[in-house]
Amino acid sequence: MINFFKNVFQKIGLVWEKIKYALSHNFIFRTTNTHWIFFSFLRVRITNKRRQSLIGLSFILIWIGGYLIFALYPIFYSLYLSLFKVKLDGANLQLVFQGIDNFKAAFLYDPYFVEILVGYIVEILINVPITIVFAIIIALLINQDIKGKGIWRTIFFLPVIIISGPVIGELMRQGATTLPSIREYDLIRMVLSNISPGIATPIQSLFDTILLVLWFAGIQILIFLAGLQKIDREIYEASMVDGAGPWASFWKITLPSIKPLISVAIIYTVVSMSVFSLNEVIIYIRNVMLGESTDALINGYGYSAAISWIYFIVMVLIILLFVGLMSIRRRSKS
Amino acid sequence: MRKFIRNIRDIFSLLFKKDFVHAGIKAKRLFMGVKFTDGLIYKILVYSLLFSFGYVYLYPMLYMLTNSFMTMEDIIDAGVKWIPSSLNFENYRLVFVELNYFKSLAEAVYLAAFPALSATVSSAIIGYGFARFKFPLKNVLFVLMLMTFIVPPQITMLPMFRMYSQYELLGSIKSFVYPAILGQGLNGALFILIFYQFFRMIPKALDESAQLDGATPFKVFVKIYIPLAIPSIIIVFLFSFVWYYNETYLSGLYLRGSDLLSLPLKLEQYINNYTSIYPEGSQARELMQAVKLAGNVLTLLPLLILYFFTQKRFVESIDRTGITGE
Repeated sequence: MINFFKNVFQKIGLVWEKIKYALSHNFIFRTTNTHWIFFSFLRVRITNKRRQSLIGLSFILIWIGGYLIFALYPIFYSLYLSLFKVKLDGANLQLVFQGIDNFKAAFLYDPYFVEILVGYIVEILINVPITIVFAIIIALLINQDIKGKGIWRTIFFLPVIIISGPVIGELMRQGATTLPSIREYDLIRMVLSNISPGIATPIQSLFDTILLVLWFAGIQILIFLAGLQKIDREIYEASMVDGAGPWASFWKITLPSIKPLISVAIIYTVVSMSVFSLNEVIIYIRNVMLGESTDALINGYGYSAAISWIYFIVMVLIILLFVGLMSIRRRSKS
Repeated sequence: MRKFIRNIRDIFSLLFKKDFVHAGIKAKRLFMGVKFTDGLIYKILVYSLLFSFGYVYLYPMLYMLTNSFMTMEDIIDAGVKWIPSSLNFENYRLVFVELNYFKSLAEAVYLAAFPALSATVSSAIIGYGFARFKFPLKNVLFVLMLMTFIVPPQITMLPMFRMYSQYELLGSIKSFVYPAILGQGLNGALFILIFYQFFRMIPKALDESAQLDGATPFKVFVKIYIPLAIPSIIIVFLFSFVWYYNETYLSGLYLRGSDLLSLPLKLEQYINNYTSIYPEGSQARELMQAVKLAGNVLTLLPLLILYFFTQKRFVESIDRTGITGE
């Protein structure tokens, strides 16, 4: 049996050698010991640098191919489609040029899109800071000298494993993602009923979604935890000798050293919240694409490409806003 | 704990001796500690915060687990909130039979494992290419690679949907395997980054000596780097598997109408069919709540089992992306 496989591999090896020889000794491309020869007249000296870069490029060739097919081409094609009215004619697409009418329709004509988009923006602007703050708090707690570190980490990372659209959707429908005990406190209820509804409603919705927001913090907790563990203990000891308490050393040592990670965590949070399959905007985009609306103006491929581009731009703007805020604060302090 | 009891006893014995000053000092040290962070008050604060956060985190899980065992009477009875009156496997049996559980599970694993495997292989190769070689435009390509993480699938999904329908890849696992093989799978940039960081850490002398012995670059990669990278490979595969298993947005689009469906989607479909039979507000519909939760538990069970065996790998993953800097 083993001999059989040995034989097979040897045969394959022989064939492979021949293929290799044919690939490197033909009229388009030839190799000698010192030169690569293209079309028998273009001689390129083989240097170590050139060889290295050729090998490196051949390793990432599959990525370049994938990028062109599955990223660059779709991105530009959807940008292109967003300028057209697209009609399905059997398997073919009929394109009618419209300019920026699709984008105009999204803001001026579509009765749902702007509302959903604004809802998404408000939600992200509130939820991202909360997620980050909670992630830092939990990471700080786990980083303390506590019993059962592994168990706590396991618990706080658990949502990353089980978070998926249908499961969360079901839990939300049944009210398992709101903490009943928070709302049942008389104190909180009293406070909520006495302040103006403009402030009370966001707080109310915050209580309703706090659990979901926390569930998005799994990866971020690990990011901050890894950052915290890299801080040198001796810095804390030195600051303690100088009379700094835990409060001061948190603001003066811990926070500055994990600050670069906050930007990373913000980007991750915004992206993961934006592409989560229960997000109303992306559900709307898919419905438009599949033609589930009856209004011809706000339907079909062209319009859905347009609104997904608007969505992408909004997302990038939000990321830039957060990261910009972080860097402004950093500069003014130093 | 023993130390704590001894401290308390010391304080009381000092109190009995009417040595209030020393008792006070000792009590202060016990509660506040020398530098506050080693005192009792601080410990209580930390643990109570941890327990309350832990409760918040586990609450939906516990809710799901306990409610999935409830019978119809338990759901209607307001007195039964947490602990069902009897251990009732009827809901599970129903889902188990209706979903054809083992077959669906096998399909879901097949649907997640192959894309995950191809994503692992491709991101190892690409990460190695980025980490070990210098070539023109490398930094530009690397930034482009990282940028793909931000681009939401909504942008690319429409042209890809067209492309797949042209080449008749819709409704088959190929629509997930092909992008994964070319390094554009779910969160592909993250995995490439993990391998990139890992391969960069290994000293270059290793493959230089192998090259002196006559190994080709490909051989160096397979014989030296792959065996070293096994922990990273496991991490990437696990993450990729979990994310593909939970993926519902794209698979709802690409696999629409085919028999091949991921388990969460299948469950959703089954529930939609089931609820449409019964009118709004009927008792059978109330019972559906428990059945749905049982279905959710069954969907998550494989992942939970996987997680409890491999949680260490998951937890150490972030260190390996190297975003915290060396």
